[in-house]
Amino acid sequence: MNRLSNCFARAKESGRPAFIAYLTIGYPTLEKSETAIDQLVAGGADIIELGVPFSDPFADGAVIRSAGYEALKNGVTLSDVIALAARVRAKHPETGLVLFSYYNLIFSAGLESFAADAEKAGVDGVLAVDLPLEERGELLPVLRRHDLTLVPLIAPNTPMERVVKSAEDLDDSFLYVITVKGTTGARTELPPELSDRLESIRKAVKIPIAAGFGVSTKAQAAEIGRHADGFIVGSALVRRLGEKGTLEGELLA
Amino acid sequence: MTSNGHYGPYGGQYVAETLMKPLADMEKAYHEARNDPGFKREFDEILHDYVGRESPITVCRRLTEHLGGATIVLKREDLNHTGAHKVNNTIGQALLARRMGKKRLIAETGAGMHGVATATVAALFGMPCEVYMGAIDVKRQSPNVERMKMLGATVRAVEEGSATLKDAMNEAIRDWVANCDDTFYVIGTVAGPHPYPEMVRDFQSVIGVEARRQCPEKFGRLPDEAIACVGGGSNAMGLFAGFLDDREVRLVGVEAGGRGIETGEHAASINGGRIGVLHGAKTMLLQTKSGQIIDTYSVSAGLDYPGVGPEHCHLHDIGRAEYSVINDDEAVAAFDALCRYEGIIPALESSHALAEAIRRAPKMPKGSILLVNLSGRGDKDMENIMEYKRRIGK
Repeated sequence: MNRLSNCFARAKESGRPAFIAYLTIGYPTLEKSETAIDQLVAGGADIIELGVPFSDPFADGAVIRSAGYEALKNGVTLSDVIALAARVRAKHPETGLVLFSYYNLIFSAGLESFAADAEKAGVDGVLAVDLPLEERGELLPVLRRHDLTLVPLIAPNTPMERVVKSAEDLDDSFLYVITVKGTTGARTELPPELSDRLESIRKAVKIPIAAGFGVSTKAQAAEIGRHADGFIVGSALVRRLGEKGTLEGELLA
Repeated sequence: MTSNGHYGPYGGQYVAETLMKPLADMEKAYHEARNDPGFKREFDEILHDYVGRESPITVCRRLTEHLGGATIVLKREDLNHTGAHKVNNTIGQALLARRMGKKRLIAETGAGMHGVATATVAALFGMPCEVYMGAIDVKRQSPNVERMKMLGATVRAVEEGSATLKDAMNEAIRDWVANCDDTFYVIGTVAGPHPYPEMVRDFQSVIGVEARRQCPEKFGRLPDEAIACVGGGSNAMGLFAGFLDDREVRLVGVEAGGRGIETGEHAASINGGRIGVLHGAKTMLLQTKSGQIIDTYSVSAGLDYPGVGPEHCHLHDIGRAEYSVINDDEAVAAFDALCRYEGIIPALESSHALAEAIRRAPKMPKGSILLVNLSGRGDKDMENIMEYKRRIGK
């Protein structure tokens, strides 16, 4: 079993959902991102999504967008994020690491050289926001040659047969289930139909499922944990890191 | 074209998962509409009765005489209602939106022409309309902002990123992701995810189809070359669509060279860019070494986009169309020439195509024909032209 699967298995053994944390790398600075990841791991995060800043973040809400623009002002590139991943890997051998990026940054780097660098850094998987099932055929085989997996996104309007197809050939990965139609960002309420949706996705696929977009509190995480194998927190952490410069202390409100 | 709208290595559907379902619904609805004679009839009727089509072709007698050589002929999209080719496409997409039961239109706009054309059809069909526009463009193009408001649309200024067209498009995509159940996103050019490049080309192909008929009627033969400016490339794709099978007609797209490709301040994606993925399609893009999208520059706001329609990239690769570059100065000189020699004030965008024809005409034998798509009229550009001339001290 590979590292991402192990992360979910470990959480399950302890009777809790896996905690997946997203950070925009380079915000507020590269150093602070790295310290924050140490704090996340200490605070119980199983998998870290390393967000790569992009000039045109059309899938993101206000918090992650402005974090990304700041990181770009700091000159942060995909190579910087991969280099940071290598440092994190050296410190945290069990933590799952997923590169979270818009596809152009990966494509522009050259698929082969990107995958080789990511593998060398100890990255486990790649999530490309704008690379749906139909287009992933050029990236997935390259990732496979480098012992990397792909994390597919599932939307509220993704038909079930497509959910199943998205999970095909990805036994070592998990499904990132988007809870709401819209961009990333904390929401006070998750949609009421979410629990049914998560249950039916869980029944349809063999790999773990984790839900994100809008998750910011312990209560929301616990609610998702009843119907999914993991929950993802992004904007709430990014905002706090921006305000306080650190993720010391309780991670969720 | 293959499945999912790939043109060679270009095109496709590089979008967030939430948009895959709305795009699939749109593709299905569009393909049904395209084969429905009733849809075509209503589209043609609005183009005729409301837009004032067909648009004529006009021989530039004095300009041709002055240059000596090929005859320059204009396809007069500037005479359309709203003053540009953009309305052909917004009518088609609004009809499709209505057919799909969508209640609300959104659009992105740069110079404001597509925004005005969308606001126009929204008023015509009685649909609420929101137009996203970069904050910098809102300032640069205030007359068009006022026109959109007058037509009942809400204009949303986008302050972030470079606060121009690409950022307006990002914000329109975010709106669409959140509201895709009842909202139709009217894209203004042959870019974006499939089926937009195909759909916008089809709606704009009326330009080329008319010209393909008009030239033989007037001259007894087809033009030697068909020339159009290319930002995203919708007016060019519309013109080219009429002549793709006529191998003897050379197709020429003209990109905006701004201050010159060598300065880095331009908007020439095919000539000065590199393949990448943005706004739903794989295409030629202006980007940094690490894949961040670069701000573009052109005297003409309507060509100021860092990407280009995927089908243009493909036509370029297979050699069916060629793509040249015209800088600001040559475009403005062509603008002046058309004003003085023909009494027509062209849009700065179209002036790029005209400049290419002015370059070529003297080198060609008398009697050869250069067909130029005059995609819009230039009233909207008065401020820009005057400011440009002040800046270069003319």
